[in-house]
Amino acid sequence: MASSRSRVGLFVTCLADMFRPEVAFASVKLLEMAGFDVEVPERQTCCGQPAFNSGDRHDSAAIARQTIEAFDGFEYVVGPSGSCIGMLHHYPELFAEGDPWHQRALDLKSRAFEITSFLAQHLDTDKLSSSFSGKVTYHDSCSGLRELGIKRQPRELLSKIPGVQICEMEESETCCGFGGTFCVKYPDISNRMVGNKSENIRATGADTLLAGDLGCLLNMAGKLKREGVNVQARHVVEILADMANTPAIGEAAIGEAEKRS
Amino acid sequence: MQIKSPEFKQNARIALEDVNLQRALGNLKAGFPQKRAAAVARLPEFDQLRDEARDLKNHILEHLDLYLEEFEKNVVANGGTVHWCRTAEDARKTILEICQDQDAKTVTKGKSMVTEEIDLNDYLEKNGVTPVETDLGEYILQLREDHPSHIIAPAIHLNIEDVADAFHEHHKRPKSNDPAHLMREAREMLRKHFVAADVGITGANFLVAETGSTIICTNEGNGDLTQTLPKTHIVVSSIEKVVPTLEDMTLFLRLLARSATGQEFTVYNTLSSGPRRPGDQDGPENFHVVLVDNGRSDMVGSEFQEMLRCIRCSACMNHCPVYGAVGGHSYGWVYPGPMGSVLTPQMVGIENAGLLPNASTFCGKCEEVCPVRIPLPKLMRHWRDKEYEKHLSPTSVRSGLSVWSFFATRPKLYRLFASVGNRFLRLKAGKKGRTSKLPLASAWTDHRDMPAPSGKTFMQQWKEQNR
Amino acid sequence: MSKADIFNRIRGGLHVPSDDSARRAAVQARLDARKRNLIPQRAQLPADELLRLFIDMADEAAAELIELHSAAELAGAIENWAQENGIAHLVTASDEQINNLEWSGNGTLVREERVAQVGDEASLTSAFCGIAETGTLMLYSGEESPTTLNFLPDTHLVVLRASTIVGPYEDAWQMLRQATGGSMPRTVNLITGPSRSADIEQKLQMGAHGPRRLVIFLLHGE
Ligand code: SF4
Repeated sequence: MASSRSRVGLFVTCLADMFRPEVAFASVKLLEMAGFDVEVPERQTCCGQPAFNSGDRHDSAAIARQTIEAFDGFEYVVGPSGSCIGMLHHYPELFAEGDPWHQRALDLKSRAFEITSFLAQHLDTDKLSSSFSGKVTYHDSCSGLRELGIKRQPRELLSKIPGVQICEMEESETCCGFGGTFCVKYPDISNRMVGNKSENIRATGADTLLAGDLGCLLNMAGKLKREGVNVQARHVVEILADMANTPAIGEAAIGEAEKRS
Repeated sequence: MQIKSPEFKQNARIALEDVNLQRALGNLKAGFPQKRAAAVARLPEFDQLRDEARDLKNHILEHLDLYLEEFEKNVVANGGTVHWCRTAEDARKTILEICQDQDAKTVTKGKSMVTEEIDLNDYLEKNGVTPVETDLGEYILQLREDHPSHIIAPAIHLNIEDVADAFHEHHKRPKSNDPAHLMREAREMLRKHFVAADVGITGANFLVAETGSTIICTNEGNGDLTQTLPKTHIVVSSIEKVVPTLEDMTLFLRLLARSATGQEFTVYNTLSSGPRRPGDQDGPENFHVVLVDNGRSDMVGSEFQEMLRCIRCSACMNHCPVYGAVGGHSYGWVYPGPMGSVLTPQMVGIENAGLLPNASTFCGKCEEVCPVRIPLPKLMRHWRDKEYEKHLSPTSVRSGLSVWSFFATRPKLYRLFASVGNRFLRLKAGKKGRTSKLPLASAWTDHRDMPAPSGKTFMQQWKEQNR
Repeated sequence: MSKADIFNRIRGGLHVPSDDSARRAAVQARLDARKRNLIPQRAQLPADELLRLFIDMADEAAAELIELHSAAELAGAIENWAQENGIAHLVTASDEQINNLEWSGNGTLVREERVAQVGDEASLTSAFCGIAETGTLMLYSGEESPTTLNFLPDTHLVVLRASTIVGPYEDAWQMLRQATGGSMPRTVNLITGPSRSADIEQKLQMGAHGPRRLVIFLLHGE
């Protein structure tokens, strides 16, 4: 619990910014609930992962420097993505030891947290209240799971919401096939992976799919919709912040569903 | 072996549509991962052993020359000979010379990926020496003129009908689809080869410097018959397999079987130290160790040094969702899966194998299970760095990236760009909330819908709310 | 020359200083110390529990186990076993333990001391020791114990004295060094259950190229 209100810089992530602003708003709401002052630094863009994973270290380093500067002075940097926060944790690898940026990157790393792990530590979970009710299944996104050790935190938080019933899927820890540029560089393989995932999701009988990373969610939701599977995909913070009253990812606006054939 | 790694994408597409292959790959997914998990759960010290194994391998690699020297000294003291081979060609020639010295007509072979790497079989055959694979999986592949698709389960890509057909054709016996029957048939057929062979070739899982011993770990016992019955035993091993002492070898043995098949221990772990001793009634009269470098010494001290810790357990490919989808042959060379995606560019050149280190989502499962904690995703990324530096990555990727980076490093422009994109996607989707076709994004929309943004960008809305 | 070339590359990669005495000392120290790495708790139990563990693990590895109270029962037990299993011919090692067996000669079992040949039904050898950790037998080659006996016959019978069962592999290495004066025999076999393969559709089949059955005669007492 934050005693004197400390400042958190929200790392919005480019996908939340572009596709799902509610995820960022939900994050703000939850962080404020945990007693933090939340600010959104203007100079942030993307974490740089597309460049980093394509071997473009020069541009990755440029973006890293920009992000480091944007979040200077915040006690914490929190983002709704294990993958993007994981990328922030890679920044020190981009600079030689002895380069002042290396030290600054290490410093950012020590302050950067994925949202559910951060809330699990800082939020008085009795404050959580959500009108959401339904059977949900949870996909463990790879970077969050393996780089940041996020597995029990979102489940612990969800367990505080009376209406939530978690039905675990088979292979919840297996990659959904998104992988950033992977899904467009190797579309056939990616399709097989997300197809397997969709089967496992369907088999649970859950009506809602939750995860902590929008990349994976867009991929899985896109597949579920294409296959005509009636499962709603949402970022976990939407449930935690009681903001699940908007259409789920890739769903028609409320009231529009009947109109399409 | 012909390098088909440049065709990885086509190979993968064909593999994904190959119903029989997909059925066979199902056996892998259902087997190894669960068995490994059960074995690991029974040994509480497993993760600590992994740490020790990583550290020990690092120590060995820092002193690789000296341990190899000690190993050679002790092989010679045991009455054996060590041959040093820089390249695959050196190794092929050396092995052929030993065979020719013995006037060898046939050689039996235990399972060895290094001999696949140096393409030994073809070479021996062209030079009048007939190699006979004796590992059941390798034997099946040899009959089918096929190659391993997995480093410990070489015939994992085949179904029983394929085996039955191959046996029927070559053994001229009535066809059977019963695995027990097929194995009995192979056992019977191979007996005569074991006895008739002039030379037996095996690989090595480890080389023990202290004693000058080589060790093989097998479940079938074929490696033992291969090395005990012929007059000459040749061990073909790569240089990074050396370990200091029997105690150090033991550390790796505790990890190997559990990581590989999920067994507590491999059935036969056999140490060979030189030729038969005076008074021995059986065993080979000549003992040769062929040490193969083939690019490994260049990895020492490089960003890829950690790959030399690999003990060839196959856990990384057994758990890899990409390997599980496309199988080993798609990778187009000897070593498949995550370990292959790091090793292959080293051995055949990044210009030929660039698609392999890119064919990963970096999900990290391989690193999670690797017994010697090789950071496989990091090493694959290093190859992507090299590829990018050498301007080998496709132009579409490079130009796409530079446009994107241009915006990503200019926050104001980026905001503008994001809001235009956001608007476009929303318009395109109309009221459906998603779109099933997008210009320039068919790789995505061929297989899945593209969810539309749910409103203006967060940054726009945040600003509008004046916060 | 290849060796020099390989070494130059390794040393170049490692940036080895021209005076590498420190590295040599580190290597020599490791070789001399024969330091044990982490040994699992499982292998460090009291003797009676190790015995139990050996039996359980050998059983799990699909070895068959026949327990005997003393060496005096051994020959008879083997003869009985052979009769029950329809085995008429046994090739044996010629070590002291096997030479001292007092065969009744009642049944029809024919015995021969020699190396194994294709077609042999069964062999009899002595284990040097047992390793409880995984139910493993250690055997090694010598004038009196040809290696082919461990691999060619369809069934492999092994005599193991319970008193030689150790916990971890490390204890077995130490015993081996003591027994052989530090020089390695040509072949050391660690055997855990009978031969098998899962190369066809990952379905486990017993009896690939080595023995289909491994029968351990476990001798309690002295
Ligand atoms: S890289 Fe690791 S997991 Fe893969 S084969 Fe080598 S040791 Fe096993």
